[in-house]
Amino acid sequence: MAWILRGLKEGVVTTSYPKRPDGYGDSYKGALRVSTSPPAAPEGDSAAAAQATAIASCCPTGAIEQHPAQEGLSGQPHLSVDRGRCILCGICVQSYPELFYFEPSTETSKLARHSLVVPEIEEGDAQLSAVRADLARRVKALRRSVHIRHVDAGSDGSEEWEVAALLNPVYDIHRLGLFFTASPRHADLLLVTGTGTAGMAGPLKRTYEAMPYPKIVMAAGTDAISGGIVHPTYSTHPGIAGLVPVDIWVPGSPPSPFAILHGILAGLGLLSRSCAAKIARQDAVAHGPSGSKGAPR
Amino acid sequence: MIPTHTDISADSLADSVSALLAQGARFGGLFASRSVKGPTLLTAVVAERKGLTLLEATVAASTASYPALTAQIPAAAWYEREIHDLFGLEPAGHGRLDPLVLPLRSGTPRETALAVDAPVEIEESALGAHVHGEGMFTIPYGPVRSGVFESIEYLLETPGEDIPHIRSRIYYKHRGIERRFERLPVDQAVLVAERVEGIASVAHAIAFSRAIEALAGVEVPERAELLRVVHAELERVANHLDSMIRHTEGSGQAVAYARLSLHKERALRLQATLCGHRFARGVVLPGGVIGPPLAPPKEILEHIGALEHALDDDIQALMATPSFTDRLRGTGAIPAHIAQGHGALGPVGRASGMAEDVRIDRPYGAYAHLGFQIAEPHSEGDALARQRIRIDEIRSSFHLIRQALDLLATTDDRGPMDGWHTEIGLCSGKVISSVEAPQGELLYMVESDGNRLLRVKPRCASFHNLALFPQAFQGDIFTDFVFIEASFGMCIAGAAG
Ligand code: SF4
Repeated sequence: MAWILRGLKEGVVTTSYPKRPDGYGDSYKGALRVSTSPPAAPEGDSAAAAQATAIASCCPTGAIEQHPAQEGLSGQPHLSVDRGRCILCGICVQSYPELFYFEPSTETSKLARHSLVVPEIEEGDAQLSAVRADLARRVKALRRSVHIRHVDAGSDGSEEWEVAALLNPVYDIHRLGLFFTASPRHADLLLVTGTGTAGMAGPLKRTYEAMPYPKIVMAAGTDAISGGIVHPTYSTHPGIAGLVPVDIWVPGSPPSPFAILHGILAGLGLLSRSCAAKIARQDAVAHGPSGSKGAPR
Repeated sequence: MIPTHTDISADSLADSVSALLAQGARFGGLFASRSVKGPTLLTAVVAERKGLTLLEATVAASTASYPALTAQIPAAAWYEREIHDLFGLEPAGHGRLDPLVLPLRSGTPRETALAVDAPVEIEESALGAHVHGEGMFTIPYGPVRSGVFESIEYLLETPGEDIPHIRSRIYYKHRGIERRFERLPVDQAVLVAERVEGIASVAHAIAFSRAIEALAGVEVPERAELLRVVHAELERVANHLDSMIRHTEGSGQAVAYARLSLHKERALRLQATLCGHRFARGVVLPGGVIGPPLAPPKEILEHIGALEHALDDDIQALMATPSFTDRLRGTGAIPAHIAQGHGALGPVGRASGMAEDVRIDRPYGAYAHLGFQIAEPHSEGDALARQRIRIDEIRSSFHLIRQALDLLATTDDRGPMDGWHTEIGLCSGKVISSVEAPQGELLYMVESDGNRLLRVKPRCASFHNLALFPQAFQGDIFTDFVFIEASFGMCIAGAAG
């Protein structure tokens, strides 16, 4: 069979995301949610306090935090999960299935670091709209097609596979006017993977500096956001935000191709209305009244 | 138990290892470990066909020097450079002791610098000067490269008329990841293992878990062993496809590139269907696996069959495309005697006449009783031979996956079974475990005092084979580069540590 026919063999395999939501993207664990808060500990109840500490300390990356009453979220004591630290290992889900569950979504990227914490803290809103406005200004100045420069700043190698997957016929990002470029001078978006190693700090900064204005930076993966479980050592930064200014945060260890694509599109304001509406719905459910109670699977 | 010789002096370590190599054994690696402020223990691993032998020698803190193994065993060169970087030991007579994973200003006290949780200062001037001379120039390529690649720098040195030489600088990505194990309980440490070489997460999780299991003397439930095989072999298929995809990309085979990328995506999706994660992270843990597969084995078998069929068809067409095979034939040939001398691992070794495969020579887990279609080694040693080896291995992986799923399907029907996981604690001692990762033999040296992990040292095939990489360049360095690199199928994260 000629190669050209071979290419047609299976018909259309390309996703229609973001025009329409993609079923696969929502078919495996993509993010962690807190379902209910632990019972409120009465003042001075040491057993309950110990329990709360145990819950928070089961997480190998310190993603779970115990908040006492009065702090945000309508004054209820509650647990939060920082998706920028979470590597989706499932230890908390196994140990406390009544408190944590996986959500099958890949539309997890955010435009501000603190938005990765669920349930979200309300006070960030003013700051968030400032961040969005600043990003929107830069996005407006971009050309029609967007050129992406990838830099590995100390990944485990799997992130590169997931970034490269964007070029396979399933994701085929060329259809969306997105291209990878070999030269920083032609790049609009800097896509960074990895925790930020001592050795890559310099090359990463130099690449960023060589890019023309306007430039947008994405931290792709939990390692790039916070260092994940590979940080700290004598050779790692806690993510890349201290090295270059990050606009788009894509959690995941590694982030799936859909999650990366969602991050690119969200950052560029390219999400279609139907997808945007879906994200808004999800956020409403999850962040709903105090983020407590309900939110069933 | 692994035979261990502990009565060797550091002065005679090189001779003792050489004596074993002279009898046909293979050099497997050299690792250091240290108790606080105490002497440093060197562990040399020698691999004979059916087993490993360890040789241990102590280097006193006062001298911090020993006669280099490299002087007699060139394959030890990178190991000694790494130990020099991380432990400050001086291998006397090494010859070229440039920093490998951590260039620091000379005189930096390593012990204190490496004990701090803040990134050390990299000192590029510590990397030996380029070789200069008449008509001699050096072309750097990397660490940020064109395309989606892991960071590494290659220095192409062209000394006049001679064949150009290539040097690799891997320190850019060095994360110091082996230190992360030491602070975590075993059930969390396995998560670090999965990230040492992220495209071989399953192999690393199995190797680490097997070390913990060996320390505790614990048996893993049979069906957990079967599920490990399914994930490990799917991982191998995806890795071998990745190497082939990069070949098709380099040779401009656009349709083949698209087809193979699609198949690789399917392999990753199958992992996710089985366990919820595209790289099967969180499945393997010391004592077994986390639980039953999320999809019934019968259903997975159907998907596997479809993938295998479509893949086989495309691969046959690709290998019948002369413009593709001609590009690989004769490219990056490594003669058998060089591969043998270095102890080349995995598909790289098997394409140059070496017949070693941990799954066959030292079968572990379910491999001991699953039928194996043994792929004949090739002897041409070129990129085409490496590609052929990978094709054979993909077929044998599918064969293994089908057997394992069949068995899982029947045990499924038998109702309640012994669990998926055996309770396991951390026991004291020192072990080396080995598995066959997609890149080749993967070793884990694990030391524990029963309370915590004292030292965990993964040895990735990528590290060992990357040292052999320059030897593959004979012809046109610029046009061959992409094929030679792709045919090695390395993970830089694993090599840099
Ligand atoms: S899934 Fe793992 S990393 Fe994420 S919050 Fe739970 S314990 Fe922490």
